[in-house]
Amino acid sequence: MAGNKDLTESKEDRRRRRNRAAAAIGALALLVAVLAGAPWFLSDYQLSLMVNVACYIVLTIAWALFSGTTRLVSFATSAFFGVGMYTVAMLIKVLPLYATFAAAIGVGAALALIVGVLTLRISGMFFVIFGFGLSEMIRELMVWWEINRTHTMGRYVYVPFDTTMIYEHLLALAVLVFLIGWQLRRSRFGLALLLIGEDETMARQVGINVPFSKVAIFIVSAMFMSLAGALMAPRFGFINPNFAFNPLVSFVVVIMAFLGGLQRLWGPALGVIPLIMLSEKLQTEFPFWFSVLLGLVFMVIVYFLPRGVTGLLEDAWAALGRPLELPRGLTGPLIDAWAWLSRPIVLPRGVAGVIEDRWTKLLPRPTEKR
Amino acid sequence: MSVIEVILGGVILGGLYALVAIGFNLQYGMARIVNLAYGEFLMGAAFAAFWMFTLFHINPIVGMIFSAPATFGANWLVYRALMTPLVRRARTREQLEGETILATFGLLFVLRGAATLAFSANNRFYDYLGEPLHIFGFTFAANRVLAFAMACVFGVAIWIALNRTRFGAALRALAIDPIGAELVGIDVRGLSGLAFAGGGALVAAAGTLVSTFLTFNPSIGIEFTMKALVVVIMGGVGNMGGSLIAGVLLGVAEALCSYFVDSGLTLAVAYALFLIVLVVRPRGLFGTP
Repeated sequence: MAGNKDLTESKEDRRRRRNRAAAAIGALALLVAVLAGAPWFLSDYQLSLMVNVACYIVLTIAWALFSGTTRLVSFATSAFFGVGMYTVAMLIKVLPLYATFAAAIGVGAALALIVGVLTLRISGMFFVIFGFGLSEMIRELMVWWEINRTHTMGRYVYVPFDTTMIYEHLLALAVLVFLIGWQLRRSRFGLALLLIGEDETMARQVGINVPFSKVAIFIVSAMFMSLAGALMAPRFGFINPNFAFNPLVSFVVVIMAFLGGLQRLWGPALGVIPLIMLSEKLQTEFPFWFSVLLGLVFMVIVYFLPRGVTGLLEDAWAALGRPLELPRGLTGPLIDAWAWLSRPIVLPRGVAGVIEDRWTKLLPRPTEKR
Repeated sequence: MSVIEVILGGVILGGLYALVAIGFNLQYGMARIVNLAYGEFLMGAAFAAFWMFTLFHINPIVGMIFSAPATFGANWLVYRALMTPLVRRARTREQLEGETILATFGLLFVLRGAATLAFSANNRFYDYLGEPLHIFGFTFAANRVLAFAMACVFGVAIWIALNRTRFGAALRALAIDPIGAELVGIDVRGLSGLAFAGGGALVAAAGTLVSTFLTFNPSIGIEFTMKALVVVIMGGVGNMGGSLIAGVLLGVAEALCSYFVDSGLTLAVAYALFLIVLVVRPRGLFGTP
């Protein structure tokens, strides 16, 4: 029973852990309540920024659900985002609004299923390459379809779904994806995914169904991305394929997630705000510098901050908790000298010592019988 | 326009894709680096040819004598300065692939943004050898035929360099087994740098040839990177002959699609081809199962 002592936590520990969890949940609830009230005290411009922030928080956390655990970089975000948006645009005339949202989730999930089954089974490289051009390919197909078959270039989405409504829905979606990610980290399935990312051979050896797990989490992640795209559709009013399938969305999401760091669930969300501020500042004044700066920021992260901003914060936090080391100054050598002088004296052993050593060598002590 | 003529036009285009893919294969198959910024060097060479032609009336083929060595040097520097730290810290091949994808992904944005700043996002075109050429009763644009001929010349040169020289033998050893290559005394790090730079020189040549017959702007690079990736995966990583055949196959498929369906679907064709290969032969066209 002695071995189990470390595994069972004491009552004191359990109480402390529960208090911490309650504090975290309370803080989160308070934050969400404040954010939900934001439309009533922010200006229109600030609210539109908040819509972008909420949208990208959903996208980056959904991205991290898949890529943060399996460690396969997915460049397919804009494909799912665009599919969600364009599904709403195509169906808005025939279906009620919430039914189009449901359809968007379904189409996104179906696309993820096809892509996942075809590419995730084989090798990581195939998946990355395929994701890299997926949204570009869908854009080409949609442009061709709209021009040659339906003879429309662009669709109007006019529905009574104003910015406040979009914002509240996106916020709810962000909370949902966060909670799912939180539960995932504590579940057997989440552990299986983490192991796949660590060592796929090992994962297969311990009996995890690797292809199924990868495809399943890819579909979950894609469903959130599609729904985010669907919710953003009424915001733009006029949508065409070139607008919906903008590859920049997938690239920005990857950069945001890496900037925030993937160690913690809330890490990716931390990367969203600085990048949206940067793009807001630059896209109006120096639109072409945005691309250069984005690339430079990303390269700095890859080379110098592999753990993202979260890593920096954690290091700073750990440094705060460390016992303080006072500078030693001039008194340092004095203290050292005093310590040297006052060390215990080792007496010389002399001839008696040699005889003693010989004696013990000749007559070794009998070893104790077990 | 007959179907045979369409197919021949596809072969001509495919020769160029094969050239682009062989350069990419030198970087991916030999130096083990997935370079997502590869197409940006093609775009850079296209702009270099454009400016040399419009400002100084330098023939693009002659201009290649300047732009190919310059891109060779630039790529060698990229390998030395940016890729070597990643090669040092990567423990497995998969890890190196992942890290280089991320790093060159950042480089892609920097290079494309810099090109847009310098040259603006406008479409560019210049007229060089635009007149029709009649061969065996078929009609082709002279600049496309020239591009195909040059691609053939480069292809043969690469083949001779790889299969008939000591240097090429060392490179092929690198593609098959880098650790074994190091054990028999091949300077893996130095040779990888040269292979990477060589791939850059090839893509500069391809960019110059592309600029003679296609309209281009600073964002065309990514399209060529994707096609090169697809062709290399189809033909087999490190397999130059495979890249050649897969490249020509892609060119023909694209030409047939633009003749029968629509010319705006080039990427969709590449992906369809990629998917078919993926499903039917997951180890590539010439891979051993």
